Amino acid sequence: MKILICLSNVPDTTTKAKFVNDNKAFDTTGVQWIINPWDELALTRAIQLKADAANAIENITVVTVGKADAEPTMRKALAIGADSAVRIDAEPKDAYYVAAQIAEYVKSNPFDIILSGIESSDYNGSAVGGMLAEFLNMSSVSAVSALNIEGGKVKITRDIDGGKEQVTAQLPVVAIVQKGIAKEPMIAAMRGIMMARQKPLQIVAPVEVEALTEIVNFELPQPKPACKMIAPENIKELVDLLQNEAKVI
Amino acid sequence: MSVLVFTENWDGKFKKLSFELVSYASKIAEMLNTQTVALSIGNVQEDELKKLSSYGADKIVSVNNEALKNLDNQAYTSVIAQVAEKEGSKVVVISHNNTGKALAPRLSVKLKAGLGAAVTKLPVSVSPFTIYKKAFSGKAFTNVVIKSDVKIVTLAQNSFEVIENAKNASVENFSAQIGEVKTVVEEVQKQTGKLILTDAEIVVSGGRGMKASGNWGAIEELAQVLGAATACSRPVSDEGWRPHDEHTGQTGKIIAPNLYIAAGISGAIQHLAGVSASKCIVAINTDKDAPIFEAADYGIVGDALKVLPELIGAVKEAKAK
Repeated sequence: MKILICLSNVPDTTTKAKFVNDNKAFDTTGVQWIINPWDELALTRAIQLKADAANAIENITVVTVGKADAEPTMRKALAIGADSAVRIDAEPKDAYYVAAQIAEYVKSNPFDIILSGIESSDYNGSAVGGMLAEFLNMSSVSAVSALNIEGGKVKITRDIDGGKEQVTAQLPVVAIVQKGIAKEPMIAAMRGIMMARQKPLQIVAPVEVEALTEIVNFELPQPKPACKMIAPENIKELVDLLQNEAKVI
Repeated sequence: MSVLVFTENWDGKFKKLSFELVSYASKIAEMLNTQTVALSIGNVQEDELKKLSSYGADKIVSVNNEALKNLDNQAYTSVIAQVAEKEGSKVVVISHNNTGKALAPRLSVKLKAGLGAAVTKLPVSVSPFTIYKKAFSGKAFTNVVIKSDVKIVTLAQNSFEVIENAKNASVENFSAQIGEVKTVVEEVQKQTGKLILTDAEIVVSGGRGMKASGNWGAIEELAQVLGAATACSRPVSDEGWRPHDEHTGQTGKIIAPNLYIAAGISGAIQHLAGVSASKCIVAINTDKDAPIFEAADYGIVGDALKVLPELIGAVKEAKAK
């Protein structure tokens, strides 16, 4: 069995958002790049599944659409425990463009399970996993908070508004994962970091795809008015403000 | 031409989210000078379906088929695409809830329609079709042009008001083509007796400042007197003090209630990313320099364990008046 993880290379989650070029582009100066947090959880779950020989997982591959500057993040995924990496050599234009590129690769390199994070922490599109499934005519399950392999199928816990569902899906399947899929992301050990240098990182040429969306510009949120401080002994004043000023209770 | 809005149901009933969506879709239809078609998939009675016409739906299409009893992303996407094609829909509106996040990307590929995800307000313009959404988990916003002929927009929850706009809509039953369903729902576990976090208008949330899982009684009691849902910060769910589905923040739930009360939460940037869209934030924290006070509207510097019982008392007293 083979698992593919779609990896997004994103700014560290503590990064302050700054823009250049008339607010048309994200300012990458001094930014630390990381594996998108949900993708990191997906990778962790894949490694856990592979550790159980009964699951017969022969390979975990990570795929990213990005230029050479995404490679340190891919090496990190290899250090954590992915077996191989594929970089599709293109600037990711939008989710449709990215999913189309990955779909093209998967058409000639099939996988049994494809994992994708439910969101990327940069453009928050929540889109690549579902789009990829549709391009490949594969079934997909989203909001996955647990995933196991049983008898050639996957058993999934899917979060729904106000509850959970236990879902069985045939292979191949795209699982779009969220918090809960793994408790904490796995960290690379020194041995893994050494081994990562020897693992294959293949570079694939992109195909011609037209993006369907285009960013016009970015805006920073309006600064909030200063917080009104209330002394702990005046708690009635807070309730009064919530009732009569904010009108929220 | 039309604007199509997919209205999910919960055991045959719609909820506020559905009416927000129809209100939003019908405003876009007004901008495009066209009509609003609402699509319901599943077993919903006619009187419930007709409720959608109170918020601007000109036409209601109902697809009810045993094979669609549970959500199968591929099958549902195919049904929405068939209706969009039949109705000549140029814009498809879907919620940015779990179901919408599962369907909208698939539909985008099926219809070759650009996707504007998690929008918080009406399009800035319809020609070019420009949407406004958050980026970098709420640290910024962005204007995005959707270039394709058909557009898909997912609306962030609690970001648009319900607008009454009564129409005299007819209900049309549509038989969609349904292919093989490759996922099976074996079991459904519904949360009972508790408000759903992403639906709630008031949320009471606890952080590490609550010190132990045993102290959560105060959070729950305040939530109960306010009719609120309960939430927590990431360290709290990582510690196992509370279930992970209560975690609000960048990697947990993104919420936008009218009132968010943060007790013993310092307000790390990742936490704020999940709650900054709240209309009013109250912060209770011992550290007066905690970043939560920069995001809050009202603040109390104090120990949440001491302040909460006082607050519960004061709310009860005010409510009794």
